[in-house]
Amino acid sequence: MKQFEIIIVGAGPAGIAAAKAASKTGASVLVIDDNHSAGGQIWRGSDIELPCEFLAGARVIDGDASRRQITVEKSGVFKLSYKKLILCTGARELFLPFPGWTLPNVFGVGGLQALAKSGLSVQGKRIVVAGSGPLLLAVAAYLQDHGAVVPVIAEQASWTSLARFGLSLLRHPAKIKQALALKRSVRYVPNSWVTKASGIEKLETVTFQDGREEQCDYLAIAYGFVPNTELAQLMGCRLNGAFVAVDEQQQTSVPGVYCAGEPTGLGGVDESLLEGEIAVIGNRDRSKTTHFSQALNNAFTLRPELKKLAASDTIVCRCEDVTLGRLQEARSWREAKLHFRCGMGPCQGRICGPIVEHCFGWTPESVRPPIFSTKLENLIAVKETIHS
Amino acid sequence: MLEIFVNGHAVKVTPKTSVAAAVLQSGQSAFRRSVTGEPRAALCGMGICYECRVSIDGVAHSKSCQILCESGMKVVTG
Repeated sequence: MKQFEIIIVGAGPAGIAAAKAASKTGASVLVIDDNHSAGGQIWRGSDIELPCEFLAGARVIDGDASRRQITVEKSGVFKLSYKKLILCTGARELFLPFPGWTLPNVFGVGGLQALAKSGLSVQGKRIVVAGSGPLLLAVAAYLQDHGAVVPVIAEQASWTSLARFGLSLLRHPAKIKQALALKRSVRYVPNSWVTKASGIEKLETVTFQDGREEQCDYLAIAYGFVPNTELAQLMGCRLNGAFVAVDEQQQTSVPGVYCAGEPTGLGGVDESLLEGEIAVIGNRDRSKTTHFSQALNNAFTLRPELKKLAASDTIVCRCEDVTLGRLQEARSWREAKLHFRCGMGPCQGRICGPIVEHCFGWTPESVRPPIFSTKLENLIAVKETIHS
Repeated sequence: MLEIFVNGHAVKVTPKTSVAAAVLQSGQSAFRRSVTGEPRAALCGMGICYECRVSIDGVAHSKSCQILCESGMKVVTG
């Protein structure tokens, strides 16, 4: 089994900062990421060189903190051992179901940007951007820069909470600059949300809460972020609410396991960079970034109407096509799983789990290996290596 | 530029284009059929949702948003 002093999972901002700091210590360092290159979502396609060994296109599917080992899949499975494991697994987008959200050409907000950064041309495309959070502005500006027409940005938050957020941004000039990059032709409409997407075989029309309709090629919609805590949970790390609990040095409740970036609290890129470094070298002043994440949380609280957008025939679990009507027959996440296979498909509840939690208040009970879908032959190999 | 085939149709893409981007670029909107037969396409763009699964060179259930195009690749959607 190959051994490293420091293994970093995730090559986004936190992972990159950790890798840079770790490499300076002279330790043997490995970074693992399931994408084909480093950068995470924010720096996707930026040709970032890591100063250490980098295993791209690989997934951590299992781990054992008592042995300080992880199981990695990359065309087959193998185990690696670590002295220090730094989890920088980032966040995914929160989707909320509404009639038509499963139609092709309805994407996440970061989702569409990721596709555009991966070679999709949006030139001339008419794209509605909707949901909540500052990412809507950044992505709308990005899409406009790449030739798309963005007729409207529908932000569910109210003017009042946005104004408070705007004031808090005065501490963060770089983020104001990002918001101002938008062209004036776009309408930014607070108190506004999408209630329906319609079309035959693919998206054609988006309907808003006031009955207005907008024809478009693509809809980019998401309601903020969900931390990717599955690996931390599998390693036995204690959570604090939705996030991985860490101390001032980013140490989790499990010896040898650290966590940095979005899984410890959704603070954005600056906080992730700082935490990644702290996870390696120890404490630093973090007062400024903490203010930003607090402002973010306060401004974009989701309105209760968003829990009621789905109709009884609207799909909630996209892997197993479980409708809202079905879920209403269940009394718990466990029942939803056992009776209707909700969350039992390939994504393992990563998309529908947060939805069900948001709309029904049910929390998934446990995380089990493998935490990413894998081939049967890989499962057999994992079992053999664990029990031999 | 390199060329891949989506359902038999040639698509020219720049290097480092993901298969998901190439499928969309080809004008194909559905990537797969859901368990009840609905058309589905890439949603999250980052390897989480599994909606972008296609067959790539005969390998079913390949996550097209995390795989880069290679010259001559044969992609089949559902």
